[in-house]
Order: sequence, then C-alpha cells, then structure tokens
Amino acid sequence: MLLVELHNLEKSYGSVLALRKLTLEIPKGTLFGLLGPNGSGKSTTLRILCTLLEPDSGTVTVAGENVLKNPRNIRSKIGFVAQEVAIDKILTGRELLQLHGDLYHLRRNYRDKRILEMIDRLDMAEWIDRRSGTYSGGMKRRLDLAAGLLHEPELLVLDEPTVGLDIESRSKVWSLLRELHTEGTTILLSSHYLEEVDALSDQMAIIDSGKVIAQGSPSELKKELGNNRVTLKVREFSNQVEGEKVRQLILGIRGVHDVVVNTSQGFSLNFFADDSDSLSKMRSDLNEAGFGIFSLSESRPSLDDVYLKATGKTLMDAELEVSSKRDFKKEAKQSMR
Amino acid sequence: MNTTFSTSSSLNKEETPLNQFLQEVSALTKRLFLQLIRRPSTLIAGVLQPLIWLVLFGALFANAPVDFLPGGMEYGRFLGAGIIVFTAFSGALNAGLPVMFDREFGFLNRLLVAPLRSRSSIVVSSVIYISTISLLQCFAIMSAAFFLGYGWPSEGGVFLVFLTLLILVFAVTALSLGLAFILPGHIELIAVIFVTNLPLLFASTALVPISFMPAWLGWLAAINPLTFAIEPIRAAYSSSTGLGSVLIQAPYGDINGYGCLLILSLLTIGLFLVTRPLLNRKLI
Ligand SMILES: Nc1ncnc2c1ncn2[C@@H]1O[C@H](COP(=O)(O)OP(=O)(O)O)[C@@H](O)[C@H]1O
Ligand SMILES: [Mg+2]
Repeated sequence: MLLVELHNLEKSYGSVLALRKLTLEIPKGTLFGLLGPNGSGKSTTLRILCTLLEPDSGTVTVAGENVLKNPRNIRSKIGFVAQEVAIDKILTGRELLQLHGDLYHLRRNYRDKRILEMIDRLDMAEWIDRRSGTYSGGMKRRLDLAAGLLHEPELLVLDEPTVGLDIESRSKVWSLLRELHTEGTTILLSSHYLEEVDALSDQMAIIDSGKVIAQGSPSELKKELGNNRVTLKVREFSNQVEGEKVRQLILGIRGVHDVVVNTSQGFSLNFFADDSDSLSKMRSDLNEAGFGIFSLSESRPSLDDVYLKATGKTLMDAELEVSSKRDFKKEAKQSMR
Repeated sequence: MNTTFSTSSSLNKEETPLNQFLQEVSALTKRLFLQLIRRPSTLIAGVLQPLIWLVLFGALFANAPVDFLPGGMEYGRFLGAGIIVFTAFSGALNAGLPVMFDREFGFLNRLLVAPLRSRSSIVVSSVIYISTISLLQCFAIMSAAFFLGYGWPSEGGVFLVFLTLLILVFAVTALSLGLAFILPGHIELIAVIFVTNLPLLFASTALVPISFMPAWLGWLAAINPLTFAIEPIRAAYSSSTGLGSVLIQAPYGDINGYGCLLILSLLTIGLFLVTRPLLNRKLI
C-alpha cells in the first residue's frame, strides 16, 4: 500500500526550476531514502509534502487524502524534521517539547509520558532542562528529532538529518531510525551521502535537477549495473579526445555497457562488465588498436555509479559544482513564510 | 509503541476543536511569557521609561500659569493620560517583532507544519501577551501619577481607562502583526515602527490640547487614533467630564466620549478585517 504519492510536481522559484514533473511513490512501512546532490530539489520536495510550500502543479496524496485540499488532516500524521534546526534559544529542551506536544493537541499526561520516552531514547536526560541556546549541533538535532516524533507520526520526514553531526550523534540518529523502521513507522529521509542511503534505506530514489532519475532498492539499483564496475586508464593522464576514442572502441564489446569518460579522474573510463570474457576481449581489442593499459581495477558497483550512469558525473562533482554557486542566505530570505 | 498510539489518538479525538484551540493559544502565550521573564530587561525598561517621561515632562511644565490648560487642569494630570496611551501604543506597535523573528529564524515553520486548529492562535496569543504588558505598564503609570499628586480616576474610571486602552492595543497589535507578515524583514519593521512612533505622539493631544496647535496640526491630531484613546482616559481622571461630554473639539465638529470609543472600535474591527487576509495568504 502506498502511503505517499507525489505526482508530476513542478515548482519554480522565480526563474529557477526546482522541480520538473517529479513523481515519487512511497509504500507504507518503508525507510525511503531520497538521494541527490545539493540543489537537486530534495528540500523543495519535502517542504511540499509537509504543507510548507505549494507546488505550481502536480498532486500530493498522503494515506489516500489530498494534501493540498486538506492540509490540516495530514499535518497531524506527519513528523517533519527540517534541514535547518530552528530552536527558541530561551526555552529549555523540555519546554520546546511541551510546546510541540500542545501544538499537536496531545493530552497532558500522554504528552509528558512521550517526552520522557524521547528523553530516554535519544539520551537527552543530562541536558534537557538546560536552555537550548547552549546546545551543540548534535544536541539540537536530537531535540529536533524528538520534537518530530513526539506525536508518533505515521510518516516521519527528515531533511538531511545527519549533515554536520559528530559521529556519536550520527550513529544515535541512525540506530533510532532503524528502530522506528522495525516498529513500522514509514520514514522518508533525504541525504546527499550515498553511504547513508545505502546503509539505512530499503527503498530509494535518486533525484537530479528536480527529477527522479532512478528508483528501487539500493541493491537492485546496483545489480542492474552488472557485476563488475571497471575503471580503466590507458595512460596516467589522458585527455578527452583519447578517452572518447577508447570509449568508442570498447562500447561495441559484448557484455560491456554504460561506458563513460570520467573527466574528473584523469579521463579514465568507467564501465560495467558482465563477465571475465568481455574483459579479455577488451584487452586484446585495445592491444590491436595500439593502446596500452596503465591501470585496470574492478569493484562492486556503488550508488555513485548509479548516479554517474544517469548523469555522467559523480555525486561529489555535482555537489562541488552547485554548493559554491548557491546563495543560501538569499534563498532563506525568499522562502521565509 | 504502536498500541499506545492507537489508544492515545482515540483519546485525543475526544477533544473538542475549542479545547484544541485553547491548548494552542495557551502554549504559544506561555512561550511569550517565558521569553519575557527570562529577558526581563525589556519589561523593566518598558515600565521605567514612561515613569521617566511623566516626571520629566511634568517638571518641564511645573511653573506654567495656573489657567494654562482649559478648565485649569494641572499639567501632570493632563499628561498622565497621554503617557498611558503612548506607552500602550508603542508596546503594541512592537507586537509584530517576535513574529518577524520567528519568520526569519524559521521557527514559524514549526507552527505551520503543526495541525493548528486555527492559525489565528498565533494572533490571539500575541494579543493576550501585549494586552497584559500594557495593563501592567498602565497600572504602574497610574500609581506613579497618584504618588506625584496627579490623582486617581473617579469611580468607574479605572474600568474606562482599561477598556479604552485594550481597544487601542487590539487595533495596533493587529496592524503590527499584519506588517510582520508583509514586510520582508525585521529591519523594515523596525523602520516602520521608528517612523510612526514619535510623529503620532506629537500629532496627538498627548502633550498639549488641540487649541494650542496650528490649524494643520490640529487637523492631524483630530484624526489621530491616539487622540481618540487619550481623551476618554483624560475624562476618566476628571470629575467634571464624563463620556457624554464633548471631549474633542475637532475642526470638523465636536466628538463626545462615546464617539471616541466608537471610532476606536471601528478602527480595531477594520484593522482586523484588513490583516486577516494578509495572515491567511501567508499562513495557508
Ligand atoms: N527560496 C529559494 N529561492 C530561490 N531558489 C531556491 C530557493 N530554494 C531553493 N532554490 C533553488 O531550487 C533548487 C532546489 O533547491 P532545494 O530543494 O533546496 O535542493 P536540495 O535540498 O536538494 O539542496 C536549487 O537550485 C536552489 O538553488
Ligand atoms: Mg536541502
């Protein structure tokens, strides 16, 4: 059964197209990872789902209900942990949780019982009665997560929950998410860390430039690429022309597919090979055409390869490309409600 | 965990929408008061400032001729009403600032993703908060005026003072919250507050009666909402005038105390009606 259905979402900020007909379906009970580089539209998607933003077009359905028509009903079912932690410094952690409980209309007894549970689960007892202005980034995140979980939402939505966290806080968050997943909560989490999505999620989608470019379970997505991911260099520092020549050459070999020239790694060639026969054929073909082999390495495909295959660049490159260009201050100002 | 969920959510369903609304309002109001108590400097300054005004301005005109003001009123007594109203006005004009900061820091998003019964609970909690502070300040000014020998409102007068003040505070709070939702940031909001505050004080009957003013300023004072709040309060301090007496001799005609309160109330209703769509547009 599908809990969340986002269909053909479009959203632009002025002239910037953030979502281009994005479609995403999330089955109930899954821990769903939304992987994409900075600027790919993750936050926009999650903000639309949580009723903070209206799409220009498209439909949003949660548990069969039209979110755009009846946002209030959906709000009580969703727990949202936003990318930027906004905390009232003057309140203690406990007071913030009480405020949250009241805004979600929890009964007082139940609210306080839940607060104790969250303090226990997220290990916050030591500092929960201190003013939140004194908290570290990891403490704020945990508090924010507790706030999102307080009303036991059917759907927990987290926008890059472990960015900038110390290792201890990150592993706390990870293990809590795993526990919640086993208990049956549906979780949607966005991330630009592929290890995070790989380690946590049972279903995932990769988004790029406001579109879903691949979807499935992490292992399915990797398996689709074939058994062996190969990196080939014909010389230590090659160039675009040579790389392209080699690409054309090995493209025709049976069992070799998805060949790309990786410009950021000295124009090496990345491709997938189904078996060892195709590799030995490649060696002899290269030899015949007069190319040497500087290095050849094989590995299991990773999610980065899935991204590389779909977009022609690695996640890391996409990340670097965008993050220097974005003016987060200006965006925050523009999306201020 | 899942079992507690089902029982608790069915328990919660029994809450009436009104109770849910009250729960939201009281939680948001509590937050504002916690902020106030933990940053008491604003409250202390808010009480001290009008007292300083009262003492300084009172002293400035201490040696004015006896029949300086119409009816031979003492200047300190005349001034008290002006300072009460101006203080409440400035306080209410600032009502939008906490909301603006919540917008800027993203805290408002927390409220917007919550299933609030009505988003007017944000407005109602601000109104409760500002009104309480205004009444406290007003009470402090009235007590100080009393000890300075400027008297105490005649019987029923205290009620009239508070009523007039509350109507004004509602109107200005609505205005300020409306601004907090349409202006781009706190700098702009503070600029508006700065530009409105003192001119409205000087173009009102807070410091001098209309008869002292040049015609153009008299016109301004006679349409200034502050004047409509100041005069009924001034009347409450006087034994010879009541709500039925003419309180403002405006260039366009005479207005009695009931007229003042009516105009003030209409202004409040008007401002709430104008700001409502602003809030809804931003908040839905
Ligand atoms: N408020 C905004 N104003 C202008 N552009 C924005 C705003 N928010 C996001 N964008 C742009 O929309 C695109 C998607 O952004 P976002 O959804 O934040 O992506 P992500 O969360 O994946 O980093 C980016 O190109 C970003 O620069
Ligand atoms: Mg983001």
